[in-house]
Amino acid sequence: MSGFLDWWTVVAVVAGAFFFLAGTVGLLRFPDSLTRLHALTKADNLGLGLVVLGLLPQVDSLAAGLKLGCVWLLVLLSGATAGQLITRGLVRGSSQT
Amino acid sequence: MIEVLNVALVALVIGLAVWTVVARDAYAAVIGFVAYGLLLTLVWVQLRGIDVALTEAAIGGGLTGALLIGAAARLRGTESAARAERPGSATRLLAGLVAVATGGAVAVCVLALPTPPPTLAPDVAANLAVTEVGNPITAVLLAFRAVDTLLEAIVLLFALVGVWSLAPDRAWGGAPGMRQQADPDGMLAYAARLLPPIGIVAGAYIFWVGADHPGGKFQGATILAAMWLLVIMAGLTDAPRIDRRWLRWLIVSGPLAFMAVGVAGALSAGAFLGYPEGFAKPLILVIEFALMPTLTLILGLMLLGPPRRGESS
Repeated sequence: MSGFLDWWTVVAVVAGAFFFLAGTVGLLRFPDSLTRLHALTKADNLGLGLVVLGLLPQVDSLAAGLKLGCVWLLVLLSGATAGQLITRGLVRGSSQT
Repeated sequence: MIEVLNVALVALVIGLAVWTVVARDAYAAVIGFVAYGLLLTLVWVQLRGIDVALTEAAIGGGLTGALLIGAAARLRGTESAARAERPGSATRLLAGLVAVATGGAVAVCVLALPTPPPTLAPDVAANLAVTEVGNPITAVLLAFRAVDTLLEAIVLLFALVGVWSLAPDRAWGGAPGMRQQADPDGMLAYAARLLPPIGIVAGAYIFWVGADHPGGKFQGATILAAMWLLVIMAGLTDAPRIDRRWLRWLIVSGPLAFMAVGVAGALSAGAFLGYPEGFAKPLILVIEFALMPTLTLILGLMLLGPPRRGESS
């Protein structure tokens, strides 16, 4: 059983790392701010989510697992807020010029 | 395996440090500095210095980064003019020589340190029980080297006075920054309603566990100040006018209480900031509780900047 859970951790964390890598490549390669933002938020939401899901079987207490979940939810909230703010700034800037 | 990660981390930190120095654009350098601060947090975690890691994340990366971003934004207009003034080759040669000499002197000093380096750590460990504080960092900061912490709190006060002194005369005493206009149903207002309850609990928790575990007033106050700023940025409340009497009292109350405890120690324990036997923990708590609102306000007000709105608005 623990072997399966360890494999789950490896697979999920590697998948999360892949999303971070893809998000970084997107951030560097995409042509404009909106698509770059899209790449960045995918890395944050999905990548970190997969890393957290992968680490959940490795925690030794319920509290530690809940903390991991809280970290993910807080990053989701801050990522969504920052994404909205940047987009609003972009829209405002393009309408003024 | 962990060694490989550590070496990669160190290489990344050094690379970012070089990049921050070399970057020509002030804004890019500041972003590099923030990333550098966050990586340095990981370095401190690896060195088991969780207290320092928390402080680095909160103050080194977060607060200083936000201050520097504000400064870089203000300097943006003058940056191209400053870049046009290229110093002569003699000046640059001299600057290079001074930099190399300073770096060399530091390197020689570090290499000349005796091994094992002189340390007071065993003395602290031996006398920790006297303070009744479980976290040795807190014991050093508030019992063995309390005068440093007192001066730190006073320096922050002076820093805030320095920021305020940049105010134009007509705005003196007014509120800092602009009145924030944000969509009341927007994402920022939503985050500013959802996050502060969590942040206040986290800040108070980090403040309270500082007695026995990593944490303390500086890290807790930074989180509380961030929550306050978030609510102001979302336009849910306004920044206070800086001539408010409660505000003035709160920003000096922490250092005043600290000094009062110090003077009381001079009378009852025979030394400035000495604690009479058996009263160390309660007195440390008094100081921490008095400093907490002061630090929160000072850190928040420093980020809000000098007053820009006078009597009329």
